[in-house]
Amino acid sequence: MLLWMKNLRWRQRLACAALAALVCAPVWAGRETIQVAGSATVLPFASIAAEEFGHAFSRFRTPVVASGGSGGGLRQFCRGVGSNTIDVANTSRPMRAAERENCRRNGVSNIVEVRFGLDAIVFASHRQTPAFALLPEHVFLAAARMVPQDGALVPNPYQRWSQIDAALPDVEIALLWPAANHGTRETLEEKVLLPGCAAFAAMGALDETARRAACTRLRRDGRVTEIAGDYTETLARLAVQPQALGVFGLGFFEHNRDRLRVATVNGVAPTREAVAANRYSVARALFFYVKGEHFGLVPGLREYAAHFLSPELAAPLADAGLTPLDEAARQRALAALREATEAQTR
Amino acid sequence: MNNMTEPTAAAPDDDARARLACIRATLARRHARERRFRALGQAAVGFGVLCVVFLFASILYKGVPAFWQAHIAAEVHFDPARIHVPPPPHPHSDETPAQFQERMHRWREQLARAPWEDLLVDALLAHLPPEAAQHRADVARLLTRGERYRVREMLAEDFSLLGKTVALALLADARVDVWYKNAQQANLPDTVRRWAQELRARGALRLQWSSALLMNTDSRASPASAGLAGALVGSLYMMLLVIVLAVPVGVASAIWLEEFAPKNRFTDLIEVNINNLAAVPSILFGLLGAVIFINGLHLPLSAPLVGALVLSLMTLPTIIIATRVSLQAIPGSIRQAALGIGASRVQAVFHHVLPLALPGILTGAIIGVARAIGETAPLLLIGMSAFVSTVPRTPLEPSAALPVQIYLWQGNELRNFFEARASAAILVLLVLMLSLNAFAIWLRKRFERRW
Repeated sequence: MLLWMKNLRWRQRLACAALAALVCAPVWAGRETIQVAGSATVLPFASIAAEEFGHAFSRFRTPVVASGGSGGGLRQFCRGVGSNTIDVANTSRPMRAAERENCRRNGVSNIVEVRFGLDAIVFASHRQTPAFALLPEHVFLAAARMVPQDGALVPNPYQRWSQIDAALPDVEIALLWPAANHGTRETLEEKVLLPGCAAFAAMGALDETARRAACTRLRRDGRVTEIAGDYTETLARLAVQPQALGVFGLGFFEHNRDRLRVATVNGVAPTREAVAANRYSVARALFFYVKGEHFGLVPGLREYAAHFLSPELAAPLADAGLTPLDEAARQRALAALREATEAQTR
Repeated sequence: MNNMTEPTAAAPDDDARARLACIRATLARRHARERRFRALGQAAVGFGVLCVVFLFASILYKGVPAFWQAHIAAEVHFDPARIHVPPPPHPHSDETPAQFQERMHRWREQLARAPWEDLLVDALLAHLPPEAAQHRADVARLLTRGERYRVREMLAEDFSLLGKTVALALLADARVDVWYKNAQQANLPDTVRRWAQELRARGALRLQWSSALLMNTDSRASPASAGLAGALVGSLYMMLLVIVLAVPVGVASAIWLEEFAPKNRFTDLIEVNINNLAAVPSILFGLLGAVIFINGLHLPLSAPLVGALVLSLMTLPTIIIATRVSLQAIPGSIRQAALGIGASRVQAVFHHVLPLALPGILTGAIIGVARAIGETAPLLLIGMSAFVSTVPRTPLEPSAALPVQIYLWQGNELRNFFEARASAAILVLLVLMLSLNAFAIWLRKRFERRW
């Protein structure tokens, strides 16, 4: 009996040791796999880059790409240096000063910013509805809570698009707008609502913050629906609400042309050429940020960043809806990256 | 009938008759009520069966075609004029394995830079009108991107193929596949569509069974070859770890609670809490796991180990309850007989009660594990929704999981293609679940003893 107990103790001890080893192993061992997280818009592009990187370099593991939003990715990125923090953050907007400060406080100060392309945001309706030819002021008048009328701000009276402009289709106003968790919403404010708002003299009378608030406050009478999910959810909504106008990424629209009709903005249809030539205005730059402190820690990080910008990747990334950098900008980004990695090694 | 009249009453005839009439009158009502209830019950079961049939039929209808994908038959010539790569290195006697490994990596990187796309485009051009040669990049769009790596691996494995021509069925691009199955849904550029029509008319483009769905890992760059291999292995790791972690702990706590624990407030409290925990929404376990395992213990993100820990917590109450129920079902006479011939309480439980309760325990455990495998919400919170395109070698490596993969494919922007893919993944998950449940039923039938 005593022997058995002793035996059990020993076994228990062994089990405890095994469990402890299991728990501690990942903390001690250096990491082999690059970890990337951030914007859901960048996720498809970063996934393609990660996969192609894995195919091109047999000596490195294929990176893992997680979602979590631009802000969420940068929060993880700035948590500190070490193998239990991520190496690359994807964002659909540049890093803010407060985020840089947060990073620096946690010891992440060598941050390499790579701007790798442009992403266009499109307005699209169901295939059955007539085409929209939008101007920023149309969208502003359809979406804002208070609109200028005869020099004064009044609660939004518009019910149909044709009331805003006779040239627009005579259908009920219904907008499927990205919710606040999406970076897309910010881009829409910057590139559509604020320019649309600026067209009205009544708005010019307000001071800066009040104008911004008035321009970006959305109506609450049920004509603007906020979508917290992904573009698939917007598409599903369009199927049951065919007169609605939804917001999509260019890549998503191109893969679902059979269900969607795209709207022009300022008379320009969203194509990659129009985005590259800066003619289509509702576009934003996409970035990824590499943690310089990890260049020596995680194998392949330098190569991953450079491979993202390589010409072989241009075709698959464009197929996924990205407007890649032009050659000069690409060379500049590569040179900046090289400089940053050399500075770190020195 | 005469039994109905009570013996005490000196029953006058008409009194009995009146009672009989009363019974008759209510009898019809009671029968009608019974018929109504039965009909209602049958209708409920029928509705349920109809729903299940509809669900399965729609999943099968959508999912099964995903296993047959559009392929393009082509003769791929491993052209030495295009592939300028030396033969693979052989280990020298005077080098360390690490040095050889390094030379091998360098050779593989050289191989990776060869123009594989050109090789495939050359093969396709044989089927296409001559003007297609001016649009090589568009011709390459007919094939899914992963095929160039397949051809590369062929040569890496057998370098003697260089200079030879091999007839291959090349996996077509996802959009070509959608076009083949339903021309209305296609979002193909016009030139690519024309070439696809040409290839189809020549019989080169046709549907063929594809194992990509089962054998490949997830892919974004090459959607047509996206598969479930990584997710399957990840889910398998999780299943094994849940069995290893949750079953011993669950069974041990159930045995103690049922056979040894004193009945007092403390054990009552534990019992109530176990029952409550079984009803806690699974996402809360995910939140708990993210806080304890990821933020607290710094375990890696998206690892099957963390998923298994979270799912084990979730499954524990189910296993404890199932074990207690099957222990309760063992008659007390077994325990008493064992104790009566001098066995200790531990011996009575482990030698007599537990073996008899085992089928019930196993059934409960397997059904608990099967439920855990189908769980999505807690996994999303510990980062298992990340894009992982490798098969995990250990449970500590990042991995996908089956239910999460379904969720991710359902949200993919290439909807027309991935809707079928997701349904096929649901089929795979259902097959896994049904076989686990069938195993549980078999165990019960095989070892169950009725009292």
